[in-house]
Amino acid sequence: MSKHAPAELGLFAPAILRPALIQAFRKLDPRGLARNPVIFATALVSVLATVLAVREGLTGGPTFRIGLQIAVWLWFTVLFANFAEAVAEGRGKARADAFRATRSTASARVLIDPENRELFELKDVDLVEPGEFILVEAGDVIPTDGEVVEGAASVNEAAITGESAPVIRESGGDRSSVTGGTTILSDWLVLRVTARPGETFLDRMISLVEGAKRAKTPNEVALDVLLASLTLVFLFVVVSLPFFASWSGTSLPVIYLAALFVTLIPTTIGGLLSAIGIAGMDRLVKANVIAKSGRAVEAAGDIDVLLLDKTGTITFGNRMASAFLPAPGVSERDLAEAAFLSSLADETAEGRSVVDLAARQFGFSRPAQPGTFVPFTAQTRMSGVDLPDGQAIRKGAADAVMRHLGHGASPELDAAVRKVANSGGTPLLVARNDRPLGVIALKDVVKPHIRERFAELRRMGIRTVMITGDNPLTAAAIAAEAGVDDFLAEATPERKLELIRAEQAEGRLVAMCGDGSNDAPALAQADVGVAMNAGTPAAKEAGNLIDLDSDPTKLIEIVMVGKQLLISRGALTTFSIANDVAKYFAILPALFIAAYPGLSGLNLMGLASPQSAILSAIVFNALVIVALIPIALRGVSYRPASASSLLARNLLVYGLGGLVAPFIGIKAIDIVITGLGLV
Amino acid sequence: MYDDLIQAALYGALLVAIAVPLGVYIAAVFTGRVTFLAPVERLLLSAAGAGQDQRWGTYAASLLAFNAGGLALLFGILAFQHRLPLNPMGFDGLSWHLALNTAISFVTNTNWQSYGGETTMSHFSQMAGLTTQNFLSAASGMAVAAAVARGFAARQARTIGNFWADLTRGTLYILLPGAIAIALVLVALGVPQTLQGAVTASTVEGAQQTISLGPVASQVAIKQLGTNGGGFFNVNSAHPLENPNAISNFIQMLAILAIPAGFVLAYGRMVGDRRQGRALFAAMAILLVSAFAATYAAERAGNPLAAAFADPAAGNMEGKEVRFGIVGSVLWAVTTTAASNGSVNAMHDSLTPLGGLMAMLNIQLGEIVYGGVGVGLTGMLLFVIFTVFLAGLMVGRTPEYLGKKIEAKEIKLAALTLLVMPVGILAFAAIAIATGNAQASVQDAGPHGLSELVYAYTSATGNNGSAFAGFSANTPFHNVMLGLAMLLGRFGYILPILAIAGSLAAKTPASATAGTFPTHGPVFVVLLLATILIVGALTFLPVLALGPIAEHVSMIAGQRF
Repeated sequence: MSKHAPAELGLFAPAILRPALIQAFRKLDPRGLARNPVIFATALVSVLATVLAVREGLTGGPTFRIGLQIAVWLWFTVLFANFAEAVAEGRGKARADAFRATRSTASARVLIDPENRELFELKDVDLVEPGEFILVEAGDVIPTDGEVVEGAASVNEAAITGESAPVIRESGGDRSSVTGGTTILSDWLVLRVTARPGETFLDRMISLVEGAKRAKTPNEVALDVLLASLTLVFLFVVVSLPFFASWSGTSLPVIYLAALFVTLIPTTIGGLLSAIGIAGMDRLVKANVIAKSGRAVEAAGDIDVLLLDKTGTITFGNRMASAFLPAPGVSERDLAEAAFLSSLADETAEGRSVVDLAARQFGFSRPAQPGTFVPFTAQTRMSGVDLPDGQAIRKGAADAVMRHLGHGASPELDAAVRKVANSGGTPLLVARNDRPLGVIALKDVVKPHIRERFAELRRMGIRTVMITGDNPLTAAAIAAEAGVDDFLAEATPERKLELIRAEQAEGRLVAMCGDGSNDAPALAQADVGVAMNAGTPAAKEAGNLIDLDSDPTKLIEIVMVGKQLLISRGALTTFSIANDVAKYFAILPALFIAAYPGLSGLNLMGLASPQSAILSAIVFNALVIVALIPIALRGVSYRPASASSLLARNLLVYGLGGLVAPFIGIKAIDIVITGLGLV
Repeated sequence: MYDDLIQAALYGALLVAIAVPLGVYIAAVFTGRVTFLAPVERLLLSAAGAGQDQRWGTYAASLLAFNAGGLALLFGILAFQHRLPLNPMGFDGLSWHLALNTAISFVTNTNWQSYGGETTMSHFSQMAGLTTQNFLSAASGMAVAAAVARGFAARQARTIGNFWADLTRGTLYILLPGAIAIALVLVALGVPQTLQGAVTASTVEGAQQTISLGPVASQVAIKQLGTNGGGFFNVNSAHPLENPNAISNFIQMLAILAIPAGFVLAYGRMVGDRRQGRALFAAMAILLVSAFAATYAAERAGNPLAAAFADPAAGNMEGKEVRFGIVGSVLWAVTTTAASNGSVNAMHDSLTPLGGLMAMLNIQLGEIVYGGVGVGLTGMLLFVIFTVFLAGLMVGRTPEYLGKKIEAKEIKLAALTLLVMPVGILAFAAIAIATGNAQASVQDAGPHGLSELVYAYTSATGNNGSAFAGFSANTPFHNVMLGLAMLLGRFGYILPILAIAGSLAAKTPASATAGTFPTHGPVFVVLLLATILIVGALTFLPVLALGPIAEHVSMIAGQRF
């Protein structure tokens, strides 16, 4: 596949950093901050700390110097969180700008009568409503999304998919949908417009990668609630503290309490939460998948069952000849020759594979007079050749050929037919005149490495179900070869829908992909429905994810992105909460040492002074946000593994790491601060 | 010391031995498979007009109505006991605030006592008022746990059981038989059970001593079995007539944790996966053993400041009964605070600073180490929900428990309960200090005084009811504030968890796959413990630093206040 992948920007490319720095300040707008309770609380405390520091400065109070530094670092905490979000958005924006550049057409040729291509009016694209008909011709950039109602043309979709090889778009069938922003290379098309102005696929993609209209996903909402309630808990802790301190005969400067509050509330995850979400969507876009909602991405991480079409996903979809099984009294060479001759004019993949196999095994070469080709029809279900010498060779489905011959097969031949079918192949019977010569075994070839992918999915707890129109015997054999967990044979759209409903009734989440209009009900019913971009508008409307590459195995990647998104949130939340232990050991002794000198025993890190301890904790708290931005953007590394081992690993890294890291970090900052004489 | 540990180990072994069969029995009771008192049950239920299974809202409303009625009735009995029968000592009615505080206290299963029982309460108040609520508050707690277990296990159900049926079953089949059996054993061990007021005895020195008597055994039995803790006598189970010897002490300690521990295993059966119950049981056992070890070490080490007048080798015996010794007292202190029992056999005020800290922390963690009858389990389940949420995210799936998705709605409800302890303990105690009411009621200066105050509000919010002593709670301010704390600590947990149960009942459980992490394995238990400790420790570390920890470091440094 030739892809001109857009140049990937580094995590901290200057093109993103500079605008992000400006954005970080712009995002101080309280209306935006209020969306994030933790950071909003931090901002409020920063204002309070600033006022306090200024007052101390004016009155010449003792805590001016330290207070000012605390206030500055509190502002940094807010700015760093804003910055993280801005960087994530900036990466999206860069992608969006690339998309936007393709949206260059300003007007569309709207047909007054779809039957008459001569009569049209030029209309501003933003005024074209769904249901109107437009004409596009070679060289045009297609102005909006639509369904082909007339014509066939080759279209370059590189602007959207990055795939430079042109594709055919034609009316009827499963390749009738075109996307605004793609370029028509040859011929013409009449389109029925399917998208409202500003809501085309490209528009949705742009707003998606920009994170402009990003609604919070369900798990994000739940996490937000948890973080907000933790913030409230710590508010009670900190506000009640001066009363307990007064009991102990000590008074705590409000600025220290402000510092304690901000270090305790989960600012790390609070500051990175939206960056994680935006970056997750970005990763998906990078994989050439468009999510209609964040909910769908999260649901992808929860998938229990994956329905995969056999053809094109699990197998190459082309049956290949694998063996010649002659009838009793016929030599293999005879059979192969008859098969060879009958397939010479057969341009299907199956036919070519028969020619290849026979030529490989017996070295036949194309005769001078190949005879008259008898093409396959739905009625005869056979094809063949009438040779110049009068012989008629026919090949086709066993029952069709038998019916043609007018007599039953010998038991031996019957056994051969059944053997091929049982092993997942398709038997083709070859006959010369009225004599059956034997069977060609056609085999559906399973894609390499697909078995490993299914094993991987199984480790992640995802069951794969193969969907096929084949009979149960054939299906079972291919299922066994591919290593899927289950299969649905003789599938119809209705049975597919039934299967999805049955799985969902068991509480399982189902993902599937599809492209045809008859897939639409199932796509809509599935929790995660991936529509192929090449598919029909109905399918694209029904699915909640759209794969621009039209690659059904992409589902596996989507699942990984969904999981990684949740893991990143969970891991950083755990890290953030575990951090609090060390912060307590830094700040509590600093606050109480005047009242009870014995509490210096709690100063495990041996921080130089109460002032440096408090300042170090707040500096660490701010810097850790910056330090974790790369993890938030890239996502926590994820390898398919069972839940237990994932949990154990992430607990060790982010739980234990979160417990230990701040002890080291705060101590190091304390050394620097004391060395610089900042307190 | 060796003997002590054998005693503690024996306690643990017996607790497990009791909890296992009791768990089978409790599960059977709440799934309607125990019917030997069916006629009585039917009679009571038809009298109450109880019918079909209820949605969570109706269930909660029934519980609230029942508890409100009980509160009003008890308030009336206490305030007007001088007009009621069985008052041989002629005690006066209680003041409005003491009656209110006591009524709340017994209805919420707290049994905080701002009064001295034998010098305040008539026999009628003790028996008809307090003992009745001892049964009914415990039965209410069990009903909640049963409903929650049903809700967690249900499959697309709208209802979580019938409150009146659960209340009746818990009382008839579990509390009554258990209490009668224990009362009889206690009588045999020398605990009085009489309607006589008091006897006067001549002591060896020839002085006259009034010895209070009454229906002690019956109240003690249910106070332990129902994790109530409100004693007949002021000094509770330290009184020789409430707890005469080491055997009665041991039996009472087992009675404290029997039903809470049994219920955890019953939960596993009720949700159809016994491993779930066992995992919670194990997590609780680890916390119990750790708390015991820490408290025991602190009490064994004793108080260096007392070395001048007490044998350091004996450990800290101040405030402890010689007949129980350190291990009998420490084990009791740990079990009574781990469960929301609150009965004492030694004065917690006299524990070493770190021993007192453990007692306080046990309550502050939410009394989930087996905990109160029924509500200990549900309190633990709230922590399970938080743990599952974190763990679920960390394995990349929408968190689920027992196959059911834990979503924003459940987290919202569970998050409400996170606020209960900080408000009831930190905010209320801070208000007490700010208004000067704390200073007026506290006996000691310095960090110990702070511990006395914080312990009182901790005990009330945690529905524990044990007192640190040294704190005069019987004032209008504290009676009302502690009353509010008790209501908050009871219904601030019960209502959200019932709502969660109602929400989970409606969901479809998914069968486990390799992608769902097991909530019965050791990794989960460790994460659960870490969540409990971090949430508890992070909230209360500052105030504990100013109270018991400051007291400890001062004690080591030889500083007095």
